[in-house]
Amino acid sequence: MKLVLERREMLSPMLRFSAPVASIGVALFVAGFFLLASGVNPLLAYREIIVEALGSGYGLSETLVKATPLIFAGLGVSLAFRMQIWNIGAEGQIYMGAMGATWVALFSGIHNHWLMLLAMFVAAFLCGGLWAGVAGILRAYWQVNEVIVTLLMNYIAILGVDYLVYGPWKDPNGFNFPLTAQFSDAARLTEYFNTRMHSGFFLALFCALVLYVFMERTVWGYEIKVIGNNQNAAQYAGMNTRTAIFAVLFLSGAIAGIAGFSEVAGLQHRLQHGISPGYGYTAIIIAWLAKRSAIGVVIVAFLMGVILVGGDSLQIMWQLPVAFVYAFQGLILFFLLAADFFIIYRLKLIRGSSHV
Amino acid sequence: MFEILLDATVKAGTPILFATLGAIINERAGIINLGIEGLMLVGALAGFAGTYLSGSLLVGVVLAFCATFIAGSIHALITVQLRGNQIVSGLALTMFGVGITALFGKGMVGKTIVGFERVAIPGLSKIPIIGKAFFNQDLLVYFSFLLVFLIWFFFYRTRWGLAMRSVGQNPAAADTCGFSVSKYRFLAVTVGSGFVGIGGAYLSLASTPMWIENMTAGRGWIAVALVIFASWSSPRAMFGAYLFGGITAMQLRFQAMGTNVSAHVLQMLPYIFTIIVLVISTVRLQKGGNQQPEGLGLPYDREDRK
Repeated sequence: MKLVLERREMLSPMLRFSAPVASIGVALFVAGFFLLASGVNPLLAYREIIVEALGSGYGLSETLVKATPLIFAGLGVSLAFRMQIWNIGAEGQIYMGAMGATWVALFSGIHNHWLMLLAMFVAAFLCGGLWAGVAGILRAYWQVNEVIVTLLMNYIAILGVDYLVYGPWKDPNGFNFPLTAQFSDAARLTEYFNTRMHSGFFLALFCALVLYVFMERTVWGYEIKVIGNNQNAAQYAGMNTRTAIFAVLFLSGAIAGIAGFSEVAGLQHRLQHGISPGYGYTAIIIAWLAKRSAIGVVIVAFLMGVILVGGDSLQIMWQLPVAFVYAFQGLILFFLLAADFFIIYRLKLIRGSSHV
Repeated sequence: MFEILLDATVKAGTPILFATLGAIINERAGIINLGIEGLMLVGALAGFAGTYLSGSLLVGVVLAFCATFIAGSIHALITVQLRGNQIVSGLALTMFGVGITALFGKGMVGKTIVGFERVAIPGLSKIPIIGKAFFNQDLLVYFSFLLVFLIWFFFYRTRWGLAMRSVGQNPAAADTCGFSVSKYRFLAVTVGSGFVGIGGAYLSLASTPMWIENMTAGRGWIAVALVIFASWSSPRAMFGAYLFGGITAMQLRFQAMGTNVSAHVLQMLPYIFTIIVLVISTVRLQKGGNQQPEGLGLPYDREDRK
């Protein structure tokens, strides 16, 4: 008897759908052992996550608060994925977006509410876009590896924001904490139901819808897919791949930048050290799990929101480090990659002697 | 002054040198490993915990190698056996490494050990200017010199090294010659990861003998970029790692001297510098014949052979 791998003749849609769900399940199972090893009962911990994140109206609102930046950043990363471009720099683009929006909020002197929000939005969009656009130009003209450039620029962006909030932008009345002065009411998004939930969430949903239409119903969306699948074919068809690479990375970063706008205008009402606790990295998983679909991004971002809210409460209850959530996300990705393999291949038992 | 700077350069460059060498071994066999940052953290924690619990630095280093060997085998399993996406798997490895070390390292925060101490090599350490910087260092630095040579020797003077390079260059051809592509790739990823782990251990055993959450601070990513700068050759990796170490040493020096420039801005320098170096070396590679292993990043499936 012999165990061999065989390609499946038909790809089962059922398997394709169940694979991501199964990988999250297995990741939960394995993460349970890590929790056990650090002295936490995993069943209690998982129950805590569900209850905290979904068990009450307030918990649900917190989950949506966390999901908001994740939707923006996830959409940005997944747009670049469509063209087989890796934007690993959403984290830095969020910081740059937050920085741009903050600059407008603190120093532009605009008093009109809508004009102010619009200007902040545009500033965040441009800052995030240009930040990713650097990697876009380097990639388009000199084939410089965009994974490394976008990633390294995260560190630069975070240090840049630190420079501002520890230095020139520090609130003189802030007891020396690394944060800027609070925004005026004109620079704040609407909040709902006495929770921290703000209109940024609806902006994120709207953004997902726009991106869906853009990708599925426009020529540009089609071109992005073609270039992603076969750059040579795209060039033969007369598409300008260089411009497209730059444009896609710009747009990808710009959308991630809006997350920065939404965080400072909707939630923090100021710029501060550590404005994003790794949303940009979680966004990569979201984009991969969502299989590049804009609607998928919204669903997965919500799931990740649950995990983040739950993770926060685990930190409070059992003093687990926040970064534990990363370990869990890494596990999900590992199992998802393994599951992808078994979508295409199957194990088959061959009886009798086999001839090679 | 110059001697002190050069000494700090070697010290700052050594962890990155180990990581770059490990990444080169991975990529020579055709596997991109973006998990370097996470692997370094695993190595740093395993090395520190091993030394703390046993009291022996050697145990720490060996444990660092073993722990990252195992962590690397996850990446190997997914990319080699399961032919998964190498970029995603590497990112997953980094996230996993960051998270798992934060979780298990909690008990090690604030603990202290006696780190590696300087051992002067008689004679050589008396060479003016460079003697002290290169030959009055700790044992791990000397091991890194040896490793640079061994890796070069392996790839260019041994049959297995040739086989491993051909597996990265043209896996189908290597397969036809009877070399097991998956075996070579698996070994390259795991052993390479092990050396990355020693780089991490250098941080927690020699640079600053303690464990700090996320103490690599992007050095793993810099190593990934240096692989391209080094055009996949170990002696050039040494040059790249020290170049980078020099920037870090100068940055620390500026900070210590108390300049008016913000510490945050100074800390950006290594990253900006790495990007510039990456751009220059990419452009240079394209002009002067690409050294990149041709099979890099592509999963190999015998059934796909043309």
